[in-house]
Amino acid sequence: MKFGVIVFPGSNCDQDCFNVVKDVLKQPVEYIWHADTKLDHFDCLILPGGFSYGDYLRTGAIARFSPIMDSVKKFADRGRGLVLGICNGFQILTEAGLLPGALQRNKDLRFICRHVELKVQNNKTKFTKKCKPGQVLNLPIAHGEGNYTCDAQTLKELKKNKQIVFTYHKENPNGSMASIAGIVNKKGNVLGMMPHPERASEAVLGSEDGLFILKSMLARK
Amino acid sequence: MAKVKIYVTHKKGILDPQGKTVETALKSLGYKNVSDVHIGKYIELEIEGRDVKQQVKEMCEKLLSNPIIEQYRFEVET
Repeated sequence: MKFGVIVFPGSNCDQDCFNVVKDVLKQPVEYIWHADTKLDHFDCLILPGGFSYGDYLRTGAIARFSPIMDSVKKFADRGRGLVLGICNGFQILTEAGLLPGALQRNKDLRFICRHVELKVQNNKTKFTKKCKPGQVLNLPIAHGEGNYTCDAQTLKELKKNKQIVFTYHKENPNGSMASIAGIVNKKGNVLGMMPHPERASEAVLGSEDGLFILKSMLARK
Repeated sequence: MAKVKIYVTHKKGILDPQGKTVETALKSLGYKNVSDVHIGKYIELEIEGRDVKQQVKEMCEKLLSNPIIEQYRFEVET
């Protein structure tokens, strides 16, 4: 399975994602510069964390107009491949309209950088099929704008369609609606999540729970 | 050449964490009569040509505000 890690000016988790795919998942992977437009030969795209365009104006607001984003949208619409947006990648996907809602400042305004527990709310997605129902994962978060917000109608639809994939377990660090930590699109091939699976995929880093997500993406059946 | 002043603020009903924090700070300074504090963005730009209002409206909806959580208003000075 061929992975592409999209690099925006200001991305800073691109090398972590690249490393996990290449050395842990043992899959072919390439960096894709945000000014490129060709995505035809990829099966999975990762929009990594970081501070694209310095988070100017709003997180993800400028990155969504990068030339690559039109191609990402077409890639997602075709439904053949998977798109994973992590942290800033999630913020870019919401700004681009590939996922509903928005991510705004954490409730207590602080940048939060620590491990949290996540509950798998839907283990039937292409990103969570290796998880057990209700499994609790230990993953790190590192964000100042992870407070997921949407209107009441959108929240109702997310619940109805089982698009809420991960919620924060026991405590909600950033004030997100319904404790949302990650959602999937209706089609089920675009996942956005604030926690970082790529930072928790090797025992030496303190947790390997990220592999439940990344290995789910490899198992295409 | 027209000068445009754009104000972007949180939509009503959307939690404004910065506004809430500043409100608490103001109250702790003794301004107990303060309420409904909101913090937004102020953007200035200069623009030439016709259809200024229509163009600025588009800019606000495409880039300068996020309609899911924010509202905008603007003034054009010619």
